[in-house]
Amino acid sequence: MKPLRQLTSRTAVLADDNIDTDRIIPARFLTTTERTGLGKHAFQDWRYLEDGSPNPDFVLNKPESEGCAILVAGHNFGCGSSREHAPWALLDAGIQAVLSSEIADIFRNNALKNGLLAIVVEAEAHRWLLDHPGVELTIDVAEGFVQSPDGERFGFELDPFARHCLLEGVDPLGFIQQHEDAIERFEQDRQAAA
Amino acid sequence: MTAPRTLFEKVWNAHEVCAQSAEHPAILYIDLHLVHEVTSPQAFAQLRQRGIGVRRPERTLATLDHSTPTLPPDAAGKRQYVTEAAEAQVHQLEANCKEFGVTLHGWDSDARGIVHVMGPELGATQPGMTIVCGDSHTATHGAFGGLAFGIGTTEVGHVLATQCLLQSKPKTFAIHVDGHLRPGVSAKDLILHIIGKIGVDGGTGYVLEYRGSAIEALSMEQRMTLCNMSIEAGARAGMVAPDEVTFQWLKGRPLAPSGAAWDRAVDEWKQLVTDPDATYDREVHIDANAVGPTVSYGTHPGMVTALDAALPDATTDDQRRAMKYMNLTPGQAMTGTRVDVVFVGSCTNGRLSDLRDAARVLKGRRVARGVRMLVVPGSEAVRREAEAEGLHQVFLQAGAEWRAPGCSMCIAMNGDIGQPGQLVVSTSNRNFEGRQGKGVRTVLASPATAAASAVAGRVADPTDYQTGVAA
Ligand code: SF4
Repeated sequence: MKPLRQLTSRTAVLADDNIDTDRIIPARFLTTTERTGLGKHAFQDWRYLEDGSPNPDFVLNKPESEGCAILVAGHNFGCGSSREHAPWALLDAGIQAVLSSEIADIFRNNALKNGLLAIVVEAEAHRWLLDHPGVELTIDVAEGFVQSPDGERFGFELDPFARHCLLEGVDPLGFIQQHEDAIERFEQDRQAAA
Repeated sequence: MTAPRTLFEKVWNAHEVCAQSAEHPAILYIDLHLVHEVTSPQAFAQLRQRGIGVRRPERTLATLDHSTPTLPPDAAGKRQYVTEAAEAQVHQLEANCKEFGVTLHGWDSDARGIVHVMGPELGATQPGMTIVCGDSHTATHGAFGGLAFGIGTTEVGHVLATQCLLQSKPKTFAIHVDGHLRPGVSAKDLILHIIGKIGVDGGTGYVLEYRGSAIEALSMEQRMTLCNMSIEAGARAGMVAPDEVTFQWLKGRPLAPSGAAWDRAVDEWKQLVTDPDATYDREVHIDANAVGPTVSYGTHPGMVTALDAALPDATTDDQRRAMKYMNLTPGQAMTGTRVDVVFVGSCTNGRLSDLRDAARVLKGRRVARGVRMLVVPGSEAVRREAEAEGLHQVFLQAGAEWRAPGCSMCIAMNGDIGQPGQLVVSTSNRNFEGRQGKGVRTVLASPATAAASAVAGRVADPTDYQTGVAA
């Protein structure tokens, strides 16, 4: 995971509420044993027509979405399954941040662990973002704000540990491993109690 | 004196290796890690890359369920995998378990089954445990009074490597259900009703505790159905305090404690109740008497309705999109909607009592012409028990297919799949667009409602089919 301090990009908007992980990456693509290569199937059944050609009405297929790394999505994005294939597919498709008024717990955890910024903003800011597709935003991870071109800022909350991992580009596994002594003590205490 | 605590807090506290602080989440010890073929390959690959082993193979238990065919091997004995990738994924888990010393209930095991059916059957799932799996329906295991939740593949790697997980403490949410469920109304109807009440994101950030007289009256299998769908309300976990029903169900199972250890365990498990003065962050009250046969009509599990009620007007974009996808109109009732396929199975409703519910309706009746019905037991154990009772004969005589255990059409990644536009009445847990195949319209229902709908060829009320037909 690369350190991520700041991200600047135009937005693409998928305004639907409750976009679930089956819509992000349909189950038939989950037979992979790799983390990469899922980008071409992100939003598959939404993004392609019957004959396999790109659906011109789907936002991410529009010319103006070219190069957009920030996705603004409707309420409760990422609900459903725990498949980490969802953030893998988005990252592989060039999406580096998702902004919504609510993001499902497991998806958000998975996203942050892969360096995909899953950010919850206040309802009012969310409405503004939904109404301004294509706006260029800067997301500042260290300071915890999203800035619009005219300098307006929305703050967002990020668990300090997740922030630390994003800024340093570290997987939390190392942190758990540093507590090996405590884990061992825990196991011994339990053994003794049994 | 310690402050009064909820069931969740008792289990959480007992597993804190390191408490949560301002700088980091808690490090939580995991008692049982369940593994399946879809969400584990990348985690094992990471261990291999870093040169680390599985810390506690004896706390890790694997099965094959998602990508596995439910049809028998062909004449040459070859398993009928849907794709080479599906087969490769299964072989990968077999190889990983061998390499890392993890017990796998694979093709040769008579315990193989859907991970959330198998764990409890083996007695691996016990009260007070922390249980995780790379699978959101891990919530099922909370029915025994443990803290059980789904994790992503990166976290699967963390647990394999350290038997621990970094977790921020969730909030608590009590779902009080009092009164009595009417005859013919099942735990599935109840949970659909609850999700309809609190919403598809109503549980986000919370652990649910189901409690009250109607919950105490549920069988263990019904409690599993209930907890299973906690995630469909956005809650990562659902719990029920263990009681005599729990202990009786567990006693004598292969991995449950026995002898003096059993008595000691039960004494401890009896402490796993919410203290009288403990408080929750949120509470709702549900009247069980008011719950009737309930089904979903839309494209997420919060869009539910009583079977015979008029569908609501679509007031949001979300609802309009759902109605269009489902080809339904406000004002109509779900009963009478034409059905193409009926699926009975999954970790929600693939247990013996579920198959009995379906068989009771089907006995002496036939699946309507033009309707395809699949009955898929949740595990090899369920298959054996069902066959011993002759339930498979009831299904076969009615014209349904009787398959080998697996997730099957719940996730439709093994080849058991609906066709675009088809309407599937399904006892599974998700009705998302495309969940059961591209363009497939899913109606979530109880096993009895599913079976009644198979007979009628239309979504039908099971209470009309509760009495047997004379042979
Ligand atoms: S039956 Fe369905 S919900 Fe349950 S584990 Fe399998 S795919 Fe997941």
